[in-house]
Amino acid sequence: MKKIFIQVFAFISLPCFIMAQTAIKAEMIYTVSGAAIKDGVILIKDGKIEAVGTAKEISIPAGYKITEAKIVSPGLIDARSVVGLSGALNIPTDQDQLEKSSPIQPELRAIDAYNTEEKLVKYVRDNGVTVLHTGHGIGALVSGQTMIVKTKPGTVDQVTLVPTAMLAMTIGPSVQSNFTSPGTKAKQIAMLRTELIKAQTYLSKQNDKDTSKRPAMDLKMDMLGKLLKGQVKALITVNASNDIMSAIRLSKEFNFKLVIDGAAEAYRLIDEIKAANAEVILHATMARNGGDMVNMTRESAAILTKAGISVSIETGFEGYVPKTRVLLYEAAMAVREGLAYEDGFKVITLNPAKLLGIDKRVGSIEKGKDADLVLYNGDPFEYLTSVCKVMIDGEWVSDNCK
Amino acid sequence: MRKAIFLVTLLWMICCNTQAQEKPTAFTGALIYPVTGAPIQNGVLIVQNGKILSVGGADSKIPADAIVTDVKGKVIMPGVVDTHSHLGGPEGGDNSSALNPDTRAFDAINPTSDGFKKALAGGITTINIMPGSGHLMSGQTVYVKMREAKVMEDLIIVNEKGVYGGMKMANGTNPMRGTAGFPGTRAKSAAMDRELYVKAQEYKKKIEKAGKDSSKLPERDLRLEPLVEVLNGKRVVHFHSHKENDILTAIRLSKEFGFRMVLHHLSEGWKVADEIAKAGIPCSVIVVESPGGKLEAMDISWTTPATLANAGVLVSFHTDDGVTDSRFLIRGAALSVKAGMSRQKAMEALTINGAKMLDLSSRVGSLESGKDADFIILSGDPFSVYSKVEQTWVEGKKRFDLSNPVDKAFAVGGYHAYSADRAEYDDNDGDDRDGNQ
Repeated sequence: MKKIFIQVFAFISLPCFIMAQTAIKAEMIYTVSGAAIKDGVILIKDGKIEAVGTAKEISIPAGYKITEAKIVSPGLIDARSVVGLSGALNIPTDQDQLEKSSPIQPELRAIDAYNTEEKLVKYVRDNGVTVLHTGHGIGALVSGQTMIVKTKPGTVDQVTLVPTAMLAMTIGPSVQSNFTSPGTKAKQIAMLRTELIKAQTYLSKQNDKDTSKRPAMDLKMDMLGKLLKGQVKALITVNASNDIMSAIRLSKEFNFKLVIDGAAEAYRLIDEIKAANAEVILHATMARNGGDMVNMTRESAAILTKAGISVSIETGFEGYVPKTRVLLYEAAMAVREGLAYEDGFKVITLNPAKLLGIDKRVGSIEKGKDADLVLYNGDPFEYLTSVCKVMIDGEWVSDNCK
Repeated sequence: MRKAIFLVTLLWMICCNTQAQEKPTAFTGALIYPVTGAPIQNGVLIVQNGKILSVGGADSKIPADAIVTDVKGKVIMPGVVDTHSHLGGPEGGDNSSALNPDTRAFDAINPTSDGFKKALAGGITTINIMPGSGHLMSGQTVYVKMREAKVMEDLIIVNEKGVYGGMKMANGTNPMRGTAGFPGTRAKSAAMDRELYVKAQEYKKKIEKAGKDSSKLPERDLRLEPLVEVLNGKRVVHFHSHKENDILTAIRLSKEFGFRMVLHHLSEGWKVADEIAKAGIPCSVIVVESPGGKLEAMDISWTTPATLANAGVLVSFHTDDGVTDSRFLIRGAALSVKAGMSRQKAMEALTINGAKMLDLSSRVGSLESGKDADFIILSGDPFSVYSKVEQTWVEGKKRFDLSNPVDKAFAVGGYHAYSADRAEYDDNDGDDRDGNQ
């Protein structure tokens, strides 16, 4: 009986295992964590990378379905986006990235807004993005929380890697255009400091020996408290030099972990950023050079990398047409303007994975990591190259080169 | 005495010859894309006094006094024509009326705008600058060359029909504001257009009836005069249209009133390519990164330029700057090649096709003897991400040089490379998303 059971089980489960076992042969594999592999093979089993190496090193076991490609890279990771909250229709009912009822709302969760069915989620997936750091947008002092998702189809709970990743904040002219107050830069900082001091008090009262004196649960204070305790990072969108310095000053005063986002003028403050131990997510390379980004340069990724600052590139937020940028193209333009070729992959894979604290699972092609892969029919950065296939967790989720 | 006169004459000849007859410049060794002819390996381009003297192979005869510049390994192609841009801060009508044939972008543009540096860095030498799309008819457009300019007169280029601009029209959601004087529906939009054109037809008849007798001419009407130019085929209508039904409406209007038209943007152009081809309407297409951003652009596709060109439509590209950046117009053409357009057709769409749409093809859009010396020197294949525009020449003058650090900042950006004046990116047409497609 037991034998029969095993046979039946094997029979039923066999097709599933075959489905989950894939081998990819490629002319070049950019592992990102290690050297690029010429004539390489990747084995995928149960959604994970089973092995990666040269065709000579790795023999493909029987039963593995083979797919061939010119170039393979890890799945791309967008370090900061609003896709899934800011929809393509661009009408009030599909714009959930910015709540304008108050300029400081740390309690807003991204997971309550993310729409896995959004057209742009599929669009960025078809263009190689497998992980999105998305959530509340720019334009409020504290617009809310961010989250990390895989772009694969499914419900929000099925695709979420980290439900609360960072606290999205902005210092700069966009805040003043969205709210009557703050109406000045000084007021922006004063309002932030006021709330953060309240959160400090909230935290210290929580430790009061007299339990009756402990404060009632306050969603806003609870979240700011997590920032002060170092449980989440502050993702502060700042572009002009003086605003970047304000963010650094705040992070010192309140001792929170700072990610400088946008960072159009970061190239002017290299020593200050290093001294503050701040991380950097750089604006889209082809962003419009208007407003507080007027002094941006497309050489920023190259300049900061050369200076020893780890850079991640984002697509950020677009208010109109185009509604999102294509991450791969933004990295390509950084390579064109001086970023080393293989660093072009790093800024959209391993660097953001580290910054987001998910590098044990994603960001490079290594044994044991999630099988998130992108297959190309040529130099990934070239205008004429296409993303042909995309795999997430071992499953093909996109096929564009039929 | 006679000797003195001779000397003076000689001096005069020398002085004026150097003024009118500058030395020819020869560019040798490049891969030249004349566009109207086959590509020339190791070609020679010779220019003098703002015009092209000759374009040929390595055996070209180079004048003895020519300044020879070796550009071996580089690529030379005609200066790019941007058939739709908002650089320089153009304005058209205000909130008082949906139809503004009397307003001229000419009267608003800042000829010293540093936005034009973006165009030069992107290899663009000729531009159709238009007022926005927040009106059914937002006003007269301006055809300009990227010359060194102090006043608007330095920039404009009068075309083969004797005008230096077209007429901007738009349909679909942008002009449908539903406020006083503006349409709230598509049918009302078309009806308001037709009403104005009927008036223009009557005005034109009166002028024709008067013939040479100026006493019988109707009173001058600033709104109708430019529309008579439109009805006479002198002034081309540049019609902003996205959705297939709106595109077909624009074609219907152009047929009814017999005006010459270029369709612009065409998010859904791929759906009605055969109808556009049958009507013989040229199309100026925008290439953007992603769909959406507005309802009308949900079905936008990179295949549109290829689909239209393959259907036999004359296709050009535009930036709609600031919707896309003038520095990336050639990139848009490359993305269209990826989506199925032939390299030759994409090259034509960047240059000669746009020139034809602006009635400027006898002067610009290709490298041919006698044409304006508008050309760019690239580091490599125009459709490669790694190629850069190294030099941009307008009428024989070098207007952009990547090896100059100041010019390089126009290409890549940097501290104070551009002014912070937001007016550059605003066309102030009363639409909260103006200047946009």
